[in-house]
Amino acid sequence: MRSNFPPATANLEELGARALNLRRKMMHMASGKGEGYIAQGLGIADCLAAIYFHELRHDPARPDWPDRDRFLLSTGHYSIAMYAVLAEAGYLSDDELPTYGLNGSALPMSTFDETVGVEIVGGSLGHGLGQAVGMALALRLDKSSARVFCEFSDGELDEGSTWEAAMGAATFKCDNLVALIDCNGIQADGPVTVAIEPVADKMTAFGFETYEVNGNDMAALVDALGKCREPNGKPKAIVLRTTPGFGVPTIMARDRAHFVRVGNDEWDSLIEELERENG
Amino acid sequence: MADSQTIGNRTRGMGEIVDVAGKVTETAPFGNTLAEMAKTRPEIVGLTADMGRYSDILPFRDAHPDRFFNVGMAEQNLIMVAAGLAKSGKIAYCTTYSVFITRRAYDFVAIACAHSMANVKIFAGMPGLVNGYGATHQATEDINMMRGIADLTIIDPCDATEFKQVVRAVADIPGTVYVRNLRGKVPVELPEDYRFEVGKAKVLREGDGEIGIISTGYMSARGLDAAKMAESDGKNVGVLHVGTIKPFDTAGVIAFAKRYKQLIIAENHKTTGGLATLVIEALYEAGIQKPLVKIGLADSFFECGSQEYLESKYAVDIPRFMTAIRDGV
Repeated sequence: MRSNFPPATANLEELGARALNLRRKMMHMASGKGEGYIAQGLGIADCLAAIYFHELRHDPARPDWPDRDRFLLSTGHYSIAMYAVLAEAGYLSDDELPTYGLNGSALPMSTFDETVGVEIVGGSLGHGLGQAVGMALALRLDKSSARVFCEFSDGELDEGSTWEAAMGAATFKCDNLVALIDCNGIQADGPVTVAIEPVADKMTAFGFETYEVNGNDMAALVDALGKCREPNGKPKAIVLRTTPGFGVPTIMARDRAHFVRVGNDEWDSLIEELERENG
Repeated sequence: MADSQTIGNRTRGMGEIVDVAGKVTETAPFGNTLAEMAKTRPEIVGLTADMGRYSDILPFRDAHPDRFFNVGMAEQNLIMVAAGLAKSGKIAYCTTYSVFITRRAYDFVAIACAHSMANVKIFAGMPGLVNGYGATHQATEDINMMRGIADLTIIDPCDATEFKQVVRAVADIPGTVYVRNLRGKVPVELPEDYRFEVGKAKVLREGDGEIGIISTGYMSARGLDAAKMAESDGKNVGVLHVGTIKPFDTAGVIAFAKRYKQLIIAENHKTTGGLATLVIEALYEAGIQKPLVKIGLADSFFECGSQEYLESKYAVDIPRFMTAIRDGV
């Protein structure tokens, strides 16, 4: 095994508390704005907590540390979740978060790499995994033990570039790369429309060592991440079955979950709902 | 695809500049220069999308196999992987045909590379009308497309002398650079003391103030040849080589244009959206009006054929220059 790996055991209680904090931050960021990608953010919160507070080797005081593990958010519109976890980890100040999506804010509605802690420009979908392959190759050339984690979504499997990158990862034996595929079943026009399933089987066929978990089950997440540490010549993939809006039942029940619209009078009750459900 | 070297009355394959008879040439200046400079620059990596042989990058692969990556016929991934390498401290030289970079991977060049000022150096093969495979392989609008991307440097080198300097220079030009590659046997046209400077147009020949050629790429070498041939008619034609398309040397072009009564603008590209458009924009904004002739390609798709046939048919050959010099505007 490589050196400096994350601990073998995780404090699930602490990770659960971190995930709840991320959801709180997201609700406050979206509050009063009427809209935003809150459903996806709430759905990916558990994964981000597991990554940033258990699996990732990083240092908020040194965001350019060459030997850091990289986390790439390919779905730039999940920025609300990214900013939440970067604040929770200490890259951003909590004071900045309410500017999310406002004119002139350093926290735009889609992620750009000018923001500290953000590795790539996300949002033009299908751009993440290929760049993760390039970073994995660079780290290998530098004989670094750092790894690359790349989040992308089931909708991004529509993009052919994702599959080009998947083949590249296997061809170059990028065993220091972990793909985190957020399968939440939605895209801009509604439910995922293209026949992307079976995602896990496809990733396996493309040469990945693949695990499939409930992406809102912290124990399952941590277990799968632990299995992805093996330097066995294969890139890894975790298919995350997540629920949009997880933690806030009213948002979970919304028909059009991709871009949730919330009335100004609703936010207080939704935040109360989050606390009640997760208290 | 065959690497046909047959010339004459049939399609000719992977493009080299054709009119090299009697000229000193260098073979594979791109790959040989890159292999040499990479000896002392371990941060240099090389990539191709199944076009290693036809982009001349193989000398680099052979010298530095651990730093060479062939991603297969996947141009989007070529640019993504290059961007990822660049964002982890490498200088990524990547190669395939110009058509596939520009038409297929445009979003990736713009967002994954240029927007992040990623150190990706794209050597785009067979730009313009440099092969006989027809519209699928002829990037006749690549300058027009690429100059629309902010923070991207675009270079169209003239000959082997300049091109070798460009291969070295781009490593230290911050951000993403798009270079129109010169492959195979590349003529040596410019003197040894010629010095490429990014963003600077260079006067290759000072004329008598009657006719001035403003050109880019190997059309500048063709312009030089035409200027020499015109000497026998008692004409002394000036030549300005615009090696860097972006950033455009507005001041250098205007200064040259002011010295000549008539201009010929020549490029291996459509006459819309490329050098001619840039020159005319610059002159108009400076309040300068000159009679001018544009030598370049029409806004069209082009057929298959031998290089000589195509260049003659589409009027980008030496006789076209001579007609323009003789007849003026």
